[in-house]
Amino acid sequence: MKTHSRSRAVRTPGGLSLHVDLRALTVVVLLLAAAGAAGIALIGTGDAKIPAADVLRTLAGNGTAYQDFIVNELRLPRVLVGLLVGASLGLGGALFQSISRNPLGSPDVLGLSQGSTAGALVVIVLMSGSAAQVTVGALVGGLATGLAIYVLAWKQGVHGYRLVLVGIGVNAIMTAVNGYLLTKADLVDATRAVVWMTGSLGGRDWEQVWPLLGLCAVLLPLVLANARGLRMMEMGDDISNALGVRVQRVRLLLMVSAVLLTAAATAAAGPVSFVALTAPQLARRLTRSPGPNLVPSLCMGAALLVAADWASQRAFGADQLPVGVVTGVLGGAYLLWLLVAERRAGRI
Amino acid sequence: MNRLSAENVTLAYDQRVIAEELSVEIPDNSFTVIVGPNACGKSTLLRALSRMLKPHQGRVLLDGQAIQSMPAKKVARTLGLLPQSSIAPDGITVADLVGRGRYPHQGLLRQWSAEDERVVQESMRQTGVAELAERYVDELSGGQRQRVWIAMALAQQTPLLLLDEPTTYLDIQHQIDVLDLCAELHETQGRTLVAVLHDLNHAARYATHLIALRGGTVIAEGAPNDIVTAELVEEVFGLRCQVIDDPETGTPLVVPAARKVRAERATAA
Repeated sequence: MKTHSRSRAVRTPGGLSLHVDLRALTVVVLLLAAAGAAGIALIGTGDAKIPAADVLRTLAGNGTAYQDFIVNELRLPRVLVGLLVGASLGLGGALFQSISRNPLGSPDVLGLSQGSTAGALVVIVLMSGSAAQVTVGALVGGLATGLAIYVLAWKQGVHGYRLVLVGIGVNAIMTAVNGYLLTKADLVDATRAVVWMTGSLGGRDWEQVWPLLGLCAVLLPLVLANARGLRMMEMGDDISNALGVRVQRVRLLLMVSAVLLTAAATAAAGPVSFVALTAPQLARRLTRSPGPNLVPSLCMGAALLVAADWASQRAFGADQLPVGVVTGVLGGAYLLWLLVAERRAGRI
Repeated sequence: MNRLSAENVTLAYDQRVIAEELSVEIPDNSFTVIVGPNACGKSTLLRALSRMLKPHQGRVLLDGQAIQSMPAKKVARTLGLLPQSSIAPDGITVADLVGRGRYPHQGLLRQWSAEDERVVQESMRQTGVAELAERYVDELSGGQRQRVWIAMALAQQTPLLLLDEPTTYLDIQHQIDVLDLCAELHETQGRTLVAVLHDLNHAARYATHLIALRGGTVIAEGAPNDIVTAELVEEVFGLRCQVIDDPETGTPLVVPAARKVRAERATAA
């Protein structure tokens, strides 16, 4: 007897049982394959083109010294940063959208990206700091904004609409702050600031890979362990409390994780727009499964960002067009489509 | 001693006190119904009994332990709650939603046991939604949806089940439908049910134990046949009425006095 058309339960005699959604699993595998393929294509793209077969051979350690330098030293870190940033934004976006029960409750709408930008601009404009200092500034800015949103939206717990509205307010303030900082900058700093603000993977190396990888390695298990509680919370606080979910604790923990993921991703690549907004929505439409779809969103974010970077390099040449522009255009178009669709469905 | 009780609780939202020094016992194996005028604190009491609201003073006891200090999942295996408003996630099927009621029985390594499957099927059968299993919850009528939510609460398999106004927004046929279902769960499965109801006649007909609240104080409690009188209704609701025998069940039936009669008595007084 089966109740779930797409899900299967895997059970062992010892009493272990796992719930497997076949469609979601397929989506995850396909997205991982797409992310991998886009990554390999991206490594092969640039002033020195390398065929995919050579890229794979070099990654396995069997390339020429020249290929080894280009692939493993120059381009692999960039792809890895892209994958990690995309994954972090996808997961962070899915967490925020699920917690706020609103597709617009994603980090770029809530002002987290603007907060990170403000942190980075303070370092660039007021302190003329180094690249590493800019990263720290962006991280601090993102975390402080996350904290501010949480405190301002707190009233016996954080709830969907209030979170979104407070976030939009914070976003407006941070945008104004950033505009002010830019007017204070001289030409060199302003150019540097604008490049950073577009969001780019250009010139990323291993120094950016390790902290991001470490953070994801810590946060991912923590988030997944609480994913079942988050699923319940989509039905409202009362009913999830009644089901034995410790709602406030799970929400705080997941919000902190989402803020950390988003802030770290933004610190590494700049405020790459709309990935956090679109990845969870696209993933949902592919899995057709209710619930936060955390892992599919993560894979979608990674695939989306690296594919966008590859597309921009392919179409406009190496490092001509920052990836943030491509994701911005795609994400903006998608957002409009989403709004029109929601209006047709009578939801707004 | 009864499994669920409130001991001298003071209930308040922020500074607004709803009830002070309120003590209530829920008799085991009863179908207890809490009635009272709007804003008398009946839903607040239910929230306190289900640990959604922490009392400012006093405590709610479940099996002799303070409910607030018990592990969340352990409480959820003993006491279920059907809140007034719940959100069905977009695109969820009936079977999936009912399955979520199994959460307190599950863990990371025990996500969907054969027992879960069996209980979900049984809960859907008992509430008459088995044939809707693969349908989307958003497509259902209000009455069907309420049955699905009750099925979810049943799948939780708790000996105690609390329902906050389960008949609100339903038409009369579906109201009776839901109440019949509650009575059946109470009679055939021996579950203890606690419901907040607006309709005094429904309460008198279905409850085995009635608690009448006004202004955060228990005015009367007991079997409907023993306590529902014209004097009590006037005291609790401020409404002149006659209480006659329900021709169908023999339980008290409250018939409000005609407008003219009430006006005359008001001028006489």
